[in-house]
Amino acid sequence: MVSLHWIDYSIMAVYVAFVLGIGWVLKRWMKTSTDFFLSGRAIPAWITGLAFISANLGAQEVIGMGASGAKYGIATSHFYWIGAIPAMVFVGIFMMPFYYGSRARSVPEYLKLRFDEKTRTFNAVSFAVMTVFSSGVSMYVLARLMGLLFHWNFHVCLLVSAGIVLVYIFLGGLTSAIYNEVLQFFLIVLGFLPLVLLGLKDLGGWQGLVTALNDVAREEGFAEGTWTSAWHPMSSPQNNPMGVEWFGLSMGLGFVLSFAYWCTDFLVVQRAMAANSMSAARRTPLIAAFPKMLFPFLVILPGMIAMVAAPRLPQLTAEQLAALPGGEEIVPPPERGLIPARYETKDGKLQKVYHQKPDGSGQLRPELDYNMAVPMMLINYFPTGLLGLGLTALMASFMSGMAGNVTAFNTVWTCDIYETYIAPNRSDNHYLWVGRLTTVFGVAVSVLAAYVAAKFNNIMDLLQLVFAFVNAPLLATFLLGMFWRRATGHGAFAGLVLGTLAAAAHQATTAPKGAWIAELYSYRSEMAQNFWTAIVSFSVCFVVSVAVSLATRQTKPDEQLRGLVYSLTPRVQDEPGLRWYQKPAVLAVIVLTATLALNFIFF
Amino acid sequence: MFLDIRIPIGLLFLTIGLLLAGYGLFSDPAIYNQSLGINVNFYWGGVLLAFGVVMLILARISRSG
Repeated sequence: MVSLHWIDYSIMAVYVAFVLGIGWVLKRWMKTSTDFFLSGRAIPAWITGLAFISANLGAQEVIGMGASGAKYGIATSHFYWIGAIPAMVFVGIFMMPFYYGSRARSVPEYLKLRFDEKTRTFNAVSFAVMTVFSSGVSMYVLARLMGLLFHWNFHVCLLVSAGIVLVYIFLGGLTSAIYNEVLQFFLIVLGFLPLVLLGLKDLGGWQGLVTALNDVAREEGFAEGTWTSAWHPMSSPQNNPMGVEWFGLSMGLGFVLSFAYWCTDFLVVQRAMAANSMSAARRTPLIAAFPKMLFPFLVILPGMIAMVAAPRLPQLTAEQLAALPGGEEIVPPPERGLIPARYETKDGKLQKVYHQKPDGSGQLRPELDYNMAVPMMLINYFPTGLLGLGLTALMASFMSGMAGNVTAFNTVWTCDIYETYIAPNRSDNHYLWVGRLTTVFGVAVSVLAAYVAAKFNNIMDLLQLVFAFVNAPLLATFLLGMFWRRATGHGAFAGLVLGTLAAAAHQATTAPKGAWIAELYSYRSEMAQNFWTAIVSFSVCFVVSVAVSLATRQTKPDEQLRGLVYSLTPRVQDEPGLRWYQKPAVLAVIVLTATLALNFIFF
Repeated sequence: MFLDIRIPIGLLFLTIGLLLAGYGLFSDPAIYNQSLGINVNFYWGGVLLAFGVVMLILARISRSG
């Protein structure tokens, strides 16, 4: 166990003081519900842009991308280079004119304006449930990690971090969340950067990392370079640890999953809606794309380094480990590089979990606890002092993710559910206060969800699967809604429902995860299965929406669809006086060119 | 804009930078075995400090300009 000193705690305390201080200062500007839910549409693009990525920079990103970096290597950057970046460019150039131009306060509200009440409610309810659960899971991961590493009390850690987020959102609403996200963004970058620098220096630079990871690839039965090239191993599912091939990857991840998330998830879109002009709203995801494009070096590289770095601290020996009573929370010694094996308590003793080699040769290998990759890197390279900064950055990432979820939940609950069904036509002040109370309610439910996650690990797995069903078909609904005038409310609703069911059906009939009904096909990995679930669900939603739309009468006359559908909306003109670097189209070209270059460099 | 976010960001990194760099000056060199023998607290503290100052200068420029 590593112990923390006063300097580490001081850095954390300074951070917490600033975060709360920002909420306090912003309090006096929160006069109307528009201020609270939309920041009064008064925030410049560079701030909404950084908040756009920061809100997404939660537990999944920092811990999860590091874990995937260790498990799959540089191919994990497909989540950025063919996933997030093209989708962010698309939402900025093509979709933002409708989101921002329609003056909708939320993504579900856009669905109401474009289609009808039932489509909106379907989206609002599933989104609200999804956000509180993801912020709960995020909190659970943080509290457990801190308990494991530093023996912090799980309950105290959970309640204190939730309390901090609660206070600054309660006071300053979305503005406070966005401003803190910008601060958290810089903290995360400057907190994790030394990790990458030290790790690379230790291994002798990028070349050293490549050589060391070639050994890993050979041991696992893959070609050399599998961990360090992004496209080469994608020729067939047998050639890479992800178990996917280029088509499933490009369609499932690059198109359906990434576009569905970045173009329709209110958590990120809300940041752009708070921008101070149409061109600022369109620039938001484009500005976000610049740092996002480089994030693989910040979050994936540490995981790859963790696979091959040598421990620099004394470790528990096998004898000491064997002497420990089962069920105790400890950090086991490293199994591969810095990453420990996964242990389970069996017959009152801690025992390693084994799995089969991916080539099916029958050889049993210890399973690694990849989620420990980034935390182990922090403990390994950071002395006290810098360790305080690293942990503060880790906390900042959890808080920004959680705050993003809570603010999005606030708006959807208040504007799309409360105002529509429970108490319509009240005063603006009433809704402002409901928004504040919803913050308390949202955080409380998140805490509850964290406890549920702590108790039933498998239930959370299942829930995350259900969320995937909900997200994937949405993309088809939005594409049809924005670019096809004839799409009707009935069509959209039927497509969404059947698309979601199709995702469930696909999961229920294929392996490795699911196959509850029958096993018609077995994918090489869960990831490949996820990608194909998304493809199936998108296609079903698309076909059903088109068919039902053609069979039903147009829900709304053309006049009402002006500003909501591409063919009925005048093309957006950039405001006069924009410099070249403020033009969305110019930014888009630069981002796409640079991303293409990155794909080739790490081909 | 409600408040210039560069000011709190600048102040935050200024404070943390001073804390880290100051600690780096007086800390036991043995703890830097972990960070490949480099006094990372001192150097990275300096980087944070510089970043904080740049943020404050930027805020100052846009205020007067």
